Amino acid sequence: MLSLNNIEVVYDGVILVLKGVSVQVREGEITTILGANGAGKTTTLKAISGVLRSERGEVTKGSIEFGGKRIDGLRAFDVTRLGLVQVFEGRRVFEHLTTEENLIAGGHTQREPRRVRERIGMVYDYFPRLKERRDQQSGYLSGGEQQMLAIGRALMSDPKVVLLDEPSLGLAPMLVEEIFANVQKLVKEEKLTVLLVEQNATLALEIARHGYVMENGRIVLEGDAEKLRSNSDIKEFYLGLNEVGGRTSYRDVKHYRRRKRWLS
Amino acid sequence: MSSEDLGFLWALLVNGASIGLMYALIALGFVLVYKATDAINFAQGEFVMLASFAAALALGIGGMPVIAAVLLAVALMIGFSFGLERVVLRPLLGRPVVAVIMATIGLAAMLRGLPPITIGGETRALPLPVGDEPVRLGAASLPPIQVVGAIVAVLFFVAFTWFFKKSRMGVAMRAVADNQQVAMAMGINVERYFALAWAMAGIVSALGGVLWGSMLGVDVHVAVIGLKVFPVVILGGLDSIGGALVGGLIIGIVESLAAGYLDPYVGGGTKDFAPYLLMILVLMFRPYGIFGKRKIERV
Repeated sequence: MLSLNNIEVVYDGVILVLKGVSVQVREGEITTILGANGAGKTTTLKAISGVLRSERGEVTKGSIEFGGKRIDGLRAFDVTRLGLVQVFEGRRVFEHLTTEENLIAGGHTQREPRRVRERIGMVYDYFPRLKERRDQQSGYLSGGEQQMLAIGRALMSDPKVVLLDEPSLGLAPMLVEEIFANVQKLVKEEKLTVLLVEQNATLALEIARHGYVMENGRIVLEGDAEKLRSNSDIKEFYLGLNEVGGRTSYRDVKHYRRRKRWLS
Repeated sequence: MSSEDLGFLWALLVNGASIGLMYALIALGFVLVYKATDAINFAQGEFVMLASFAAALALGIGGMPVIAAVLLAVALMIGFSFGLERVVLRPLLGRPVVAVIMATIGLAAMLRGLPPITIGGETRALPLPVGDEPVRLGAASLPPIQVVGAIVAVLFFVAFTWFFKKSRMGVAMRAVADNQQVAMAMGINVERYFALAWAMAGIVSALGGVLWGSMLGVDVHVAVIGLKVFPVVILGGLDSIGGALVGGLIIGIVESLAAGYLDPYVGGGTKDFAPYLLMILVLMFRPYGIFGKRKIERV
């Protein structure tokens, strides 16, 4: 469905951020990219959605294909038109617009006004809380509601693939579970394909089918979510479990924990 | 207060409000551009001047009917602001704000120099067929052209308010104003909306130019109205359409009251002084204006 073939991303013409990243996203599945801060996860998503260019970044090598078509080099709004949309990290709702206006803006690519209404109805079905807040200025919604709105807004264009950037960021655990459950439901009922970037590895590996681990602009590990969950390195560094399977206390970790490098 | 005093006050208020609506209309051009593209257009007054020249020449030398002259001015201004965005401002995108400001100031100076170089500096008439009979409103009486101006301004405000609140394009434009990157990711062609904003500013300037030029007579002094734009938009909020309306009314009325009550004591000039005094006060106490966007912070 979506494949990144050995892409390199350079910012400002000199800073090499992604050093040959290959990722395959299969249709109707949730694929996840895990990794610490600054590993290049968000950059990967931006490279796919095309917003990289507005930040003076560029895909210099490799190719990105979506549904058999090369999309690297396309402008962001053209990528969205093809059915691939990004949900940004930190929500980024249109603060001064109401909830419903946010959704209308999200449905910009829809030709017919009737379709916009239909999609709004669908989003409200998945996130009833948004319906209660439809006329409220979205800047004043709670963090969880804003995240729901950001996802709902992305759904307005009727996308085939959604790139989700850290939907759990700064939200209470209960809300995170609610949102993740909704994402799973969307994948199942709307035949959505999701590429999920997360720091919360436990949750991400629970709902994903396939996973990648990124570090320093490279993919260092990949495999079925099942397998990654049982991988001892992952367990230790992302899930906080030790070899025996019990929880490691922070006291034990501190002494020897340093950044594990799989490569280089 | 005697009834005569009340009548005088009423006349000042009505006159101020009708001029204020003209200020508001011209400030609207500024606000539209700032709201959508974050560009500060210091040449707004010169846009107005250019339009008034176009209309006056089309009427005077071209001998066109009024409607055709007005339409010509509108078309010219749309084309002009469109081209300006393409040629001058788009390459400056992402550069420091000062670059755009300087570019528009330079443009303003060039535009003001244009008429004396090409067609001479004399004042030209731009007669509109609205009659000479003053329109009486109680104790106040207004020249008909001011009434027409006020009506046009109100119509424009109604139309733009509808556009931004109810139409999908308007909502998309506000989304662009809010966050360009996200808007782009939502499938909105941001550059096209920039161009649209400039085109709309062009239309507003054209209409403003025809009306204002008709009131004052057409020469480079028409551009001076650009100076009134700043107190209006600072008062109302740089990015608020309703703010431009209210700001325009306030500035128009303050000016008129100052001229009516203070000028006899100081010998004139308070009309130009008062709006800027007000502007500085607003900057000190409410820098985002009456209706301007406040940065939303959630605690």
